[in-house]
Amino acid sequence: MANPGGVLLVPIHEEDAAPPHGSPPSGPPPLPTKASRRFVMSSSPPSPTRSVAADAGTSGGTPAPLLSLRGISKSFGAVAALSGVDLDVSAGEVVALVGDNGAGKSTLVKTLSGVHPPDSGTITFESREVSVTSPAAAQQLGIATVFQDLALCENLNVIENLFLGRELRGLRLDDVTMEVRSRELLKQLSAKIPSVRVPIAGLSGGQRQTVAIARSLLGDPKVIILDEPTAALGVAQTAEVLNLIERLRERGHGVIMISHNMADVKAVADTVAVLRLGRNNGVFDAATTSAEELVAAITGATDNEVTRRALRSAGAAAVKTPAQPAGTTADKEGDADE
Amino acid sequence: MSDVDVRPPAAATGTAGAADEPSGVRGAFSALTARMRGGDLGVAPVVAGLIVIWTVMQILNPVFLSSDNLSNLTMEMVPVGVISLGVVFMLLVGQIDLSVGSLSGVSAAVTAVLFVDQGFNPWLAVLAAVALACLIGWVYAQVFNRFGVPSFVITLAGLLGFLGLQLHVLGAKGAINLPFDSKLVTFAQLDFVPPWLAYTLVVIAAAALYGTGQARASARRKAGLTATSQRMLVLRSVAVLAGLALAVWYLNRDRGVGWMFVFFLALVLVANYVLTRTKYGKAVYAVGGNVEAARRAGINVRTIYTSAFVICTTLAAIGGILAAARLAAANQSTGAGDVNLNAIAAAVIGGTSLFGGRGGAWASLLGILVIQSISNGLTLLNLDSSYRFMVTGVVLMLAVALDSVARRSRASAGRA
Repeated sequence: MANPGGVLLVPIHEEDAAPPHGSPPSGPPPLPTKASRRFVMSSSPPSPTRSVAADAGTSGGTPAPLLSLRGISKSFGAVAALSGVDLDVSAGEVVALVGDNGAGKSTLVKTLSGVHPPDSGTITFESREVSVTSPAAAQQLGIATVFQDLALCENLNVIENLFLGRELRGLRLDDVTMEVRSRELLKQLSAKIPSVRVPIAGLSGGQRQTVAIARSLLGDPKVIILDEPTAALGVAQTAEVLNLIERLRERGHGVIMISHNMADVKAVADTVAVLRLGRNNGVFDAATTSAEELVAAITGATDNEVTRRALRSAGAAAVKTPAQPAGTTADKEGDADE
Repeated sequence: MSDVDVRPPAAATGTAGAADEPSGVRGAFSALTARMRGGDLGVAPVVAGLIVIWTVMQILNPVFLSSDNLSNLTMEMVPVGVISLGVVFMLLVGQIDLSVGSLSGVSAAVTAVLFVDQGFNPWLAVLAAVALACLIGWVYAQVFNRFGVPSFVITLAGLLGFLGLQLHVLGAKGAINLPFDSKLVTFAQLDFVPPWLAYTLVVIAAAALYGTGQARASARRKAGLTATSQRMLVLRSVAVLAGLALAVWYLNRDRGVGWMFVFFLALVLVANYVLTRTKYGKAVYAVGGNVEAARRAGINVRTIYTSAFVICTTLAAIGGILAAARLAAANQSTGAGDVNLNAIAAAVIGGTSLFGGRGGAWASLLGILVIQSISNGLTLLNLDSSYRFMVTGVVLMLAVALDSVARRSRASAGRA
């Protein structure tokens, strides 16, 4: 509840003023301003990327993104999981983080959530350079993560899981307030949980996902990271979770969503950031980029001279090519021995 | 299959309250039966087991349920009971301490040497022994946290090492007698609560139960939540009042209620409060249920492990000192033999899972009551320890088997 108004509300207005989700950008292609160049990573033809600068045009200034990563690298032994990855998230924006298996999505999320601090690179949160050294530090900053394995304790009930690690009144638990707040929160998310006093073991997969997301909201975070939130869910439950993500955006949270499901990505994301072999492989506007183009970026189909030339000559600039060819992770091996 | 456990959660301690708080007596009863049918047996099997054991023992030897013997039983169970309370903490975080027996022996030896041989003030001697145990627990935790050695192995090494230390400290004599008139020995053997005070404590306990229940119910009602009905609250307090008063009256026909037993009860109550009503307690259950989830929730998992190790070794030390005081001697067999396994078995029989995250403080009291009843009853029948071991083994096996059945029905009822 540290900043219920100001910081969160302003971006919402900006979001309202921006072209509605699903329609093409109304204005001319954004100028390659400093902000957008950073965002796009290469000075190729005008990008369809909906840059932060373009959105912010109505409010005059160029507000820095809520969270921005620059040159994040992380190695595990000789394996460079991430090399020089950049990522930006604004308030009220859903960024889908996509990539093939082993592209480094989960590692990137773990660096953000304090599970694996990065070897190098900077994390800027609300225009301040921060270091996220532990899950508790991430929580304190206002970065909440819902992991794919949900990280719930099956032996504890819904309330205990929601408030785990941040119980009210540590020496004499205020379980009445905690129960009231749990019920309110779950109601806001229109969650269908049989009882808040039932152990997690008795809940279905979708209900557990809802509890996990609700849990991440309790600390009033500014950025919420969802690791494959719809991976194990049925059709109806997936729709529920997607609704939930849209509700998070309406509330002005920055959302990073990892997903393998292009339909889900197209449905809720504003921006799609592609990772390939531990490097950025372009940032796309979800509204104007087709699923095929995204898949091409994920698999690296665009990643050779032939396609790049074909694209150039066709004038189709929908896809950003990476600044440097991917797959050369070996040059980061120097970082390996930390 | 990773979350298999051996015993159902102790529902009475409210570790993982099943359904919404029932309202009314009938609501409470139907919630209880529904929970039992779902395989959430709570303390019911232990209580049922106790009734069976007591009935059988009484039939075999009418002395068993006499005031004299029960008074004795309440005193005898305290040392191992205190140790088993520490074991409960270790089991709740999903670890185990096999060295509690040796540690209790070392602490008894250190206390005796400092007090009798070195002429220290007895309380200073006790304090030194407890501090040593704290240190040992801390060292265990450092090895566990830093090197990732399984607690099973660390404490197995401790079991051997501290048995050696105990023998070394006791020296060639091998036994040190504690003076009979020392406060330590009288506390464990002769000090009984005066009847008026015992009844007063019973009334206070019942009133406190009603008061806290009432405060909680009204707070819940004010917040628009379901709450325990007034009638249920009264009924519960009256039942506790009557039960405890009857027990005090019966024990007072002989020597009465020992201060040592009151001490044990107080420890259990404090532990129960810490485990169920504090942030720390929730962290303990969370670490036992899912370490990774606990870590990501911002809980300092290492601190929780360290605290569990230290609590366990400290309570083991206190148990060992009480055992020596009760015997009025610290010798080479203090904490040896079956103390170790009885302490762990008591925690498990009482309803604490060997796999972490389920159980509660009351498990140590109920479990040790079962084990001590068997031991006491068989001793009254002039049967030697061979029978005691065998019967205790069968009871432990029954407890574990019963839980496996309960766990299966829990899984099918979605309570896990």
